[in-house]
Amino acid sequence: MEFVSDLASLINSTLRISTPLVFAAMAGIFAERSGVIDFSLEGKMLMAAFVAAVCSYYFGNPWIGLLMAIIVCVSLSMLHGFASVTHKGDQVVSCVAINILIIGLTTALAAAWFGQAGLTPTLTEEQRFLEVHLPFADNLRDIPVIGTIYSDILSGHYIFVYFAYISVPIVYWVVFKTSFGLRLRAVGENPSAVDTAGINVFAMRYKALAVNGILIAFAGAHLSTAVNANFFREMSAGRGYLALAAMIFGKWHPKTALIACMLFGFTDALQIRLQGVEIPTIGEIPVQLIQALPYILTVVLLAGFVGKAIAPNAIGQPYIKER
Amino acid sequence: MVSPILELNNINKSFGHVHANKNINLTINKGTIHGIIGENGAGKSTLMSIVFGLYQANSGIIKVNGNEIKLRSPKDSIVNGIGMVHQHFMLVENFTVLENIILGFEGETIFGEKLQKAKEDLKKLCETYNFNIDLDSTISDLSVGFRQRVEILKSLYRGAEILILDEPTGVLTPQEVDELFKILRSLKDEGKTIVLITHKLIEIMDLTSEVSVMRQGEMVGHTKTENTNKEKLAEMMVGRSVLLRVDKPEVKRGEVIFKVNDLTVKDDLDVIRVKNVNLEIRSGEILGIAGVTGNGQTELLEALSGIRNVESGNIELFGETISHKDNYLNPRMLKEKGLAHVPEDRQRMGLVTDFKAYENLIFGYHDQEPYSKSSIFNQKEIIQYANKVMKEYDVRPSSPNLLTSNFSGGNQQKIILSRELNENPKVLLVGQPTRGVDIGAIEFIHQRLIDMRNKGAAILVASVELDEVLSLSDRIIVMFDGKIVGEKENKNVTDRELGLLMAGVTE
Amino acid sequence: MSNIVVDKTKVPWWVSNVIVPLVNLSLALLVSGIFIFIAGENPIEAVKLIIFGSFGYIQGFAYTLYYTTNFIFTGLAFAVAFHCRLFNIGGEGQAYIGGLGVFLVAINLSFLPVPIVWLLATLGAILFGAAWAYIPAYLQSKRGSHVVITTIMFNFIASSLMIYLLVDVIRDTNQMAPHTVKLPEEIWLPSFEALSGVLGIKIRYSPLNLTFLLAIASLFFVWFLIWKTRWGYEMRAVGHNTQAAIYAGISPHKNIIIAMCISGGLAGLLGVNEILGVSHKIQAGFPAGYGFTGIAVALMGRNHPIGILPAAFLFGILYQGGSEVTFEMPNITRYMFVAVQGLIILFSGALENLFRPQIESFFVNRLNREVRS
Repeated sequence: MEFVSDLASLINSTLRISTPLVFAAMAGIFAERSGVIDFSLEGKMLMAAFVAAVCSYYFGNPWIGLLMAIIVCVSLSMLHGFASVTHKGDQVVSCVAINILIIGLTTALAAAWFGQAGLTPTLTEEQRFLEVHLPFADNLRDIPVIGTIYSDILSGHYIFVYFAYISVPIVYWVVFKTSFGLRLRAVGENPSAVDTAGINVFAMRYKALAVNGILIAFAGAHLSTAVNANFFREMSAGRGYLALAAMIFGKWHPKTALIACMLFGFTDALQIRLQGVEIPTIGEIPVQLIQALPYILTVVLLAGFVGKAIAPNAIGQPYIKER
Repeated sequence: MVSPILELNNINKSFGHVHANKNINLTINKGTIHGIIGENGAGKSTLMSIVFGLYQANSGIIKVNGNEIKLRSPKDSIVNGIGMVHQHFMLVENFTVLENIILGFEGETIFGEKLQKAKEDLKKLCETYNFNIDLDSTISDLSVGFRQRVEILKSLYRGAEILILDEPTGVLTPQEVDELFKILRSLKDEGKTIVLITHKLIEIMDLTSEVSVMRQGEMVGHTKTENTNKEKLAEMMVGRSVLLRVDKPEVKRGEVIFKVNDLTVKDDLDVIRVKNVNLEIRSGEILGIAGVTGNGQTELLEALSGIRNVESGNIELFGETISHKDNYLNPRMLKEKGLAHVPEDRQRMGLVTDFKAYENLIFGYHDQEPYSKSSIFNQKEIIQYANKVMKEYDVRPSSPNLLTSNFSGGNQQKIILSRELNENPKVLLVGQPTRGVDIGAIEFIHQRLIDMRNKGAAILVASVELDEVLSLSDRIIVMFDGKIVGEKENKNVTDRELGLLMAGVTE
Repeated sequence: MSNIVVDKTKVPWWVSNVIVPLVNLSLALLVSGIFIFIAGENPIEAVKLIIFGSFGYIQGFAYTLYYTTNFIFTGLAFAVAFHCRLFNIGGEGQAYIGGLGVFLVAINLSFLPVPIVWLLATLGAILFGAAWAYIPAYLQSKRGSHVVITTIMFNFIASSLMIYLLVDVIRDTNQMAPHTVKLPEEIWLPSFEALSGVLGIKIRYSPLNLTFLLAIASLFFVWFLIWKTRWGYEMRAVGHNTQAAIYAGISPHKNIIIAMCISGGLAGLLGVNEILGVSHKIQAGFPAGYGFTGIAVALMGRNHPIGILPAAFLFGILYQGGSEVTFEMPNITRYMFVAVQGLIILFSGALENLFRPQIESFFVNRLNREVRS
């Protein structure tokens, strides 16, 4: 029974920890499938966390915080679009700029407005998202297997967790079963083909970036108004890059990206439980090694030891009409 | 009754300082096959891109069926019944035929019954024109000829009444060309209008009823095809009598310097592209490889020049094996042995366009004396050498410090040529030597190659322009599907003979 | 969007390489001013404080030059890799590990003559920094793993690794905080303070030290390497057109590795400054963001040593002046200047062509008018 409840707890944590990664990976898929490199997921997630925390505090309502985060993230995606799509600037540089800018700006403004070295005020219960308990969760808990799954694994999550996992099949359906998705994929593979079909390549990419902005905002809002009750500096802690690795590893496909995200989540969930544990003959694993595990795993995934990933054909290249 | 379906009045288009279309007037009549002929850079593609809405004209009027229309994007053109089959196909490789055709014309947001109807409609269209395409096959699995049919089908599905084809036969075998022409003729019989852009005179004479000639951005002539012939058209195209053959003195051929034994080469996708090829070149001879693009010439040239690995077989230079499966002699070592290579794709391979001219003139030789000593450059020597060869090869403008991207295609090609020939190579491998080069430079480049051959070099020229192969070669081989399917001395050989071989029809 | 087309051959070099970057910089500073205003402070006052803090007194100016030293190293590091079309975002981690190299060599070989220790410690910095860049370089070349992501990951890993070492392995056990013991005084690099003292001039403490000269020397070294040697030529060829480089017999793999390792080595030199010249021990987090700033410095300086020097100096002013601002203005923290950096990267890098056509055509027309009259 110990083992079962430990396992349930582990899966529960995995689901929760993977949530921002799933949103970010889905966001990345939209942008990159349309041919725009998005290394700025990290910065946008951080910005969303900041905006959501601050606005939830000021307006007393976390949904407004979420809405504002969406507006800001979509604007940032549009900025990235402006720099790379319209001005044909280097997309990687644009992303690096956005990331650095946001790390600085969020902490600077948090410090300036709230004076606590980059912390925003702790949100009260009305100002944040609380855990959602599925109906009859308490009553059903004792039923073997199903009860555990329902009450300990599925119930009790923040609403974002449910959103995240529902978003995956929706993203899949949009990308592969609608005309919008067909055009999206075409723009990322051969923009000329799309242009000569009478579709505006730039508009398509901006639309993809808008969706990207919406999805990543959910990731950030989850961090600062659900899991935590405030924003603290650099709280995204590299999750944006982990999501990129998951997306690449998942070959830009929602289902496989999801699996990679959950793998990261699992590693992280395990990490907390491994601290202080002794392994025979090696002794205690240094805390720092465990903390570095997600980043090491990212490198391993990117090194393609688990298969080589082929990116959308036209990615990273600005579309130039006149030859 | 012949009525104009498309009229262009005083169309002007400039790209910066380049005036690509100057006051073009053109009338295309309904139900005809109308040819537009001109050499590279004449402005034909630009003009048709304007008609298809890809570019906007700076001034001028376009009329379809007598009504003036504004074409701001391909969508406007498509709505007006204009369709275009581009030189480089506008297809998404990993989509199916069906997905490519409905792209932009899906008719519904969520795929459902309209998709089914589209499939049925397309099946009917296919039957009407005898296209024989499987709508669910992926583009990457289709041959070039079939991909072109998909392009035509795409335009028809979108309701094109005017079909523009831009250099459609560049990648087809003569047999595939015949099939294409059959399709075009039957489209014409159905009342469609065809505009054929080409630089191949024989296509004009075979297919069209009217022809317009463009030269250097201007429309210089218009005639009914029955009233003209190839020589007259060529003169209009170029503005003077064209020398279709270069003077080639008889030269005594020496020993075999370069030998290829049973060579097999794979491409990047692990597909075998060169199959058991044998060839040899003697000093003082030009061996021409004829063949349609995509029959293995590219991979062969890459293997011979040390850029691509050999799967089996070997290559010998002066009797010494320089390349086989386990030993891969790279370009640097080959240069030391006297082998030079002028690549097919000069911008992608032969040059770094962001470099200055003098930097490209030492490209590949940069670590040798006198250009550098112990890895440090000797600027004075380099500039001196650059000035010398730029004058010798008439590269314009002759400034070594200019960025290479600022030179025209022909001059860029001359930079590459001067670089490689300056080393007096014993063996020279050349791919598409005059692609995208203006006619004046073509003659110059051909002459230089002949000069090298007269001096005793062994030269291999691969070209998709049959004229060029016939003009330069002492001996011709034809590649088809990765194999050598024919070898002939260049005496009284005809286009048709070679064309059949190029299509895989062996004796 | 404008459709101005400019004949590139007629644009004077100083317009493309001085005027346009200055305009981009001004835009970045303008937006920064807006941010400062949003944070509740007066941007004009902030500018005055920055100028005073960085120029107004000798000690301040010395601090400015000390920061400049670090930015030259990290700016050069990014620039060298960039010439091979590689975005080395790992300057932070490479500097950190480079510092480890400096310390290990210095502490263990401190019995050798002082100049030899300096030389070997510098080599240690370069080797360790290069080693930290090697794996991302290898993975990019052989496995196609994007170097941006891997170098960022290696920054995180370096941080974890160094904390582990500083806490558990090489800690000064007499202290609570995670840092190493101090190096023996004999092998400290002479500081500006000390050198002036020799000349009889009394100046207050600043971290500026002899490493500044090493930074200047590095500028020459990089210029020479990239444009006057075959290695720089090959790196640039691979960076501009990898296919063509292969045709010319240049090995992309070799050059990717070389470019990244030199880049890592240059970042490592930051360790020489911090450890031999300033704190004389390894303190946790000593790279302190210099690695990221280096990116902005390189992009502003158009990846050329001639541009990197003034750009590094400008950032030195921003940092030193900035600390004056954070001292005097309670609402501005150092993170505001991180944001400024981001803006500079944005306007000098991603949006560098925002007003380029207008500026270039303005000058081309004006020059033509002068010629005609």
